[in-house]
Amino acid sequence: MSDETAVEETEADVVAEVDEAREALVATLAEDLGDGIVETFIKPGDDVWVRVTREAWAETANTLRFGMGFGYFNFLSAIDWQPSPYGRDMDSQVDLTLNPPEAEEADDEPATLETGYAGGDTRFQVFARVNDITSERAITVKCDIPDDDLSIPTWIPVYPGANWHEREAAEMFGLTFIGHPNPRKLYLPGSFEGFPMRKDFALLARRIKPWPGIVDVEQMPGEDDEDGDAS
Amino acid sequence: MTATSESEQLRYIDQQAADARVNVEIETEGMTLNLGPQHPATHGTLRIIAKLDGEQVVAAEPVMGYMHRGYEKLAEVRTFPQVTTLINRIDWTGSFANETPFILAAEKLMEVEAPPRAQYIRTILHEMSRIANVMLGIGDMGVQVGAVTPVFFAFRDREYVLNQIEAVTGGRFHPNFDRIGGLKDDLPAGWIQNTKNAMEKVEDFCDQIETLMYGNELFQARTRGIGIIPKDIGLAYGLSGVNIRASGVDWDVRRDAMPHGLVYDQVDWKVYTHPDGDCYSRMWVRLQEVREGAKIVTQLLNQIPSGPIMAKVPRIIKVPAGEAFVETENPLGVMGYYVISKGDLNPYRVKIRSASFNNVSITPWLLKGVYVPDIIAILGSLYFILGDIDR
Repeated sequence: MSDETAVEETEADVVAEVDEAREALVATLAEDLGDGIVETFIKPGDDVWVRVTREAWAETANTLRFGMGFGYFNFLSAIDWQPSPYGRDMDSQVDLTLNPPEAEEADDEPATLETGYAGGDTRFQVFARVNDITSERAITVKCDIPDDDLSIPTWIPVYPGANWHEREAAEMFGLTFIGHPNPRKLYLPGSFEGFPMRKDFALLARRIKPWPGIVDVEQMPGEDDEDGDAS
Repeated sequence: MTATSESEQLRYIDQQAADARVNVEIETEGMTLNLGPQHPATHGTLRIIAKLDGEQVVAAEPVMGYMHRGYEKLAEVRTFPQVTTLINRIDWTGSFANETPFILAAEKLMEVEAPPRAQYIRTILHEMSRIANVMLGIGDMGVQVGAVTPVFFAFRDREYVLNQIEAVTGGRFHPNFDRIGGLKDDLPAGWIQNTKNAMEKVEDFCDQIETLMYGNELFQARTRGIGIIPKDIGLAYGLSGVNIRASGVDWDVRRDAMPHGLVYDQVDWKVYTHPDGDCYSRMWVRLQEVREGAKIVTQLLNQIPSGPIMAKVPRIIKVPAGEAFVETENPLGVMGYYVISKGDLNPYRVKIRSASFNNVSITPWLLKGVYVPDIIAILGSLYFILGDIDR
């Protein structure tokens, strides 16, 4: 499963061409990481996503910077793929009457995780992006973090710029970056409890005061009403 | 904070005390200098705790979060068109430029393209945001190193640019003018000629400030050879924009990786770099950026095509599922939005990659060993906006 390209069915018939440069990039990365690569996704002519195992996370940074010339650190953050139990928090009663939501399947099981490009098996995912500015290549690397052990090795020895990004991801999602020299909170006060960017962290302002909703959207100039279907 | 039991209250007090003595565990004999969050020489509410040994900085630690507004969380409960109202306020001196990458990311996911006229106006407003922002930065740098006059020049001449932005968008600071698929409105009558006149004022400002400030011996003494950032270090910290070009890296997203939907390839302009990497070179490259910005705007105004300003988009915008990262060269550096959509009205996750966050993260490394007055010169030359750090 080293260098195979997962193309979603919906994408397959739209984009048939292959992106040789990005295929080659993934192949080079696979030479060094081997089984460390779980899944890759290439949007031809646009971008590339690679998902690696947690064991290969630190090695990925090393290979990218020193082996492949990705010297520019762009950003690092995390995603919570478990949808919010509060719904979208943006439906007003008026909207719900106008556009009643499709009947949800009334099963008690929690919704399955729907993850993005390059897939994912766990609720939390760390993702980072690095660039090679001499040849204008960029790559987004993702890594699953198991729910029972929310920790991942730090990237600081390779990319010192990851320092603040990891502190931010740690406080916002409750992750631990192993080997981080200064794992204090970055933005939040020391006494803050909870992890604000998790989807199950309620946004209190929305809980207290309902949102006016989509009916509030202004009509664009010169627009007909038949455009206004919500689908 | 609502502490319910006594033990929780005690714990809270302990944590408050711990907050108050952030980072004093570095044991040195020197004194601790606390710059900010309320200090005339800091921009906004950046607080820097510097451990000094005599006049030299042993360790410096920026403390942020005094202005953290949680835009990434708030964007998750807003529809795509509503997000621009928030992200306007990230870098408030060049607000229109904050909207561009987000709108482009949304358009990329929707596979919508703005009409040519809208692309031109977007590029013009993006550059005008840069001019307004960087002019202020140049004037501000004068104040940081003890010259008060340049900032008055900057505020005076920046107003010509802001007036033009206001004339077309209705807002001096928060235009909220970019729409998915185009723009809110077309240009008002007479705007093109007025903007050309404003650009002449901007070029005059550049000439004036070059002799007034950059040619000044005191300014050079305060900035030359101070705060040198080597190329590799700068790249590994993710510095971008002027701060990395002043270290000799010839990289500009506008030229090298121009996102689809802007028209920088239609005009003749130049990317300036400087080999030194010190405070002076950063300010010098900034000045050239303003000049080039004025050149770009003037050329675009001459070529602007006619036609619609809005592509056909549904009234209620649902963005197809997918992920997109779009970055643009903003006044403070490279700004990007990583947008994840699940095919809904609102983005599932928006990661805001702001320029100043990375630019300022180098300060603990950069301030080590410098003298106290140079702290201010270095921070001034990095030129950040607090909203762009804290988001």
